[in-house]
Amino acid sequence: MSLDRIVIVGASLAGLRAAEELRARGHEGVITVVGDEPHRPYDRPPLSKQVLTGAKPPESTTLAVAAGSIDDLGLEWRLGESATGLDLPDRAVLLGGGERLAFDGLVIATGATPRRLPGTDHLEGVHTLRSLDDSIAIRAALAAGPRRVVVVGAGFIGAEVAASTRSLGIEVSLIEALAVPLERSLGPEMGAVVADLHRDHGVDVHLGVGVVLIEGSDRVERIRLSDGSVLEVDLVVVGIGVSPNTEWLEGSGLTLDNGIVCDATCLAAPGVVAAGDVARWPNERFDEVMRVEHWDNAIEMGEHAARTLLGDATPYTPVPWFWSDQYDRKIQLAGLASPDDIVEVVSGRLEDRRFVAFYGRAGRIVGVLGMNQPAKVMRWRSLVETGASWSDALAVAAATD
Amino acid sequence: MRIVVDYDLCESNALCMTAAPEVFEVRDDDFLYVLQDEPSEELRAKVEEAVRRCPKQAIVIEG
Repeated sequence: MSLDRIVIVGASLAGLRAAEELRARGHEGVITVVGDEPHRPYDRPPLSKQVLTGAKPPESTTLAVAAGSIDDLGLEWRLGESATGLDLPDRAVLLGGGERLAFDGLVIATGATPRRLPGTDHLEGVHTLRSLDDSIAIRAALAAGPRRVVVVGAGFIGAEVAASTRSLGIEVSLIEALAVPLERSLGPEMGAVVADLHRDHGVDVHLGVGVVLIEGSDRVERIRLSDGSVLEVDLVVVGIGVSPNTEWLEGSGLTLDNGIVCDATCLAAPGVVAAGDVARWPNERFDEVMRVEHWDNAIEMGEHAARTLLGDATPYTPVPWFWSDQYDRKIQLAGLASPDDIVEVVSGRLEDRRFVAFYGRAGRIVGVLGMNQPAKVMRWRSLVETGASWSDALAVAAATD
Repeated sequence: MRIVVDYDLCESNALCMTAAPEVFEVRDDDFLYVLQDEPSEELRAKVEEAVRRCPKQAIVIEG
């Protein structure tokens, strides 16, 4: 199959890294990158941290490429334009203006959209955080000196927004429906460590509590919680998860099920690959179908999908990795973690907030979690990579701590 | 090829160590040590991967 024209839909991290890899592998044909935002690809992690606090200007988030200037990649940019449909038989992406972009190969990296709280669309002062513009808007609202900020959802975005806001000296309430922060990601024990971290920094933490109603006429004024409490609030940031951006692919013939369903090599259809937050694939290393929303996965999967498009048939079997910075703590996870796993601290102590814990299931280690222990997380990540048994993993940790 | 790390940006996430262990090492003191400032050309692909995987974009290749 000749690949003269490659279209990449999605101008963020996964799409950019796919383009870089295509060029690195010698693809000389046309590469068109479609992005619905007006911005060139930028880095999202600072949006909930340094951009919110003002430590970094928004324009500093522009993504660089390893081999010099982004312009050297020779990409055709279609920024500020949305893909509205995919004509698979005719091999064309439909753009909002009615134009059809013909392709020989297609990379789909359209990411995800934050979920909103129902019934709040008319209210000013209720934000979600995903894009650069979202971050700039919240930054401006924080700079206006709100008396209290309520963060709804103590996942990674919510926890980081709470930490950044607190570091500006602003009163913060953190509302989480589950029993602890990050429960779905890290389980109850590690979630409790994170809850204490926020409490110790003066965050008003409400756990196991839902939002009943957000009230206000034009602007948000107060928020009613399921435990009967009422918080007066000037600014609400909602971080209750994201939905993959697949609406534009409805009826296209691609299989959609909480993301674009791919095979083990990131292939969604002949000549069509997907990568990043929007893609779901069977990770053969863990024998599990996953959709991973991590920064690092956008890079690795973008690159892998590009190689698949060029004819490589290697399965994509990463050990997922992420980090989250909250206050002076760096949380890192290599591998998987779920509330059902066994968890054991193998180095340091929870109360010092400097430790490493292993996650295990079905007799083997699946994850290495660290708080302020980056070297050990990376050292012991290889245990997950090689699929070490739980007992071997514990023995290695004891011997090399 | 010369490796330049901006230590003001570096947060010791240690992804570079996974990509190119011959060149980068984060030790137990949580600081990054560059083992070779001028690694040989055969390591270029690995070092470029380290550049791409750095969450802080703190690594630059000169030359």
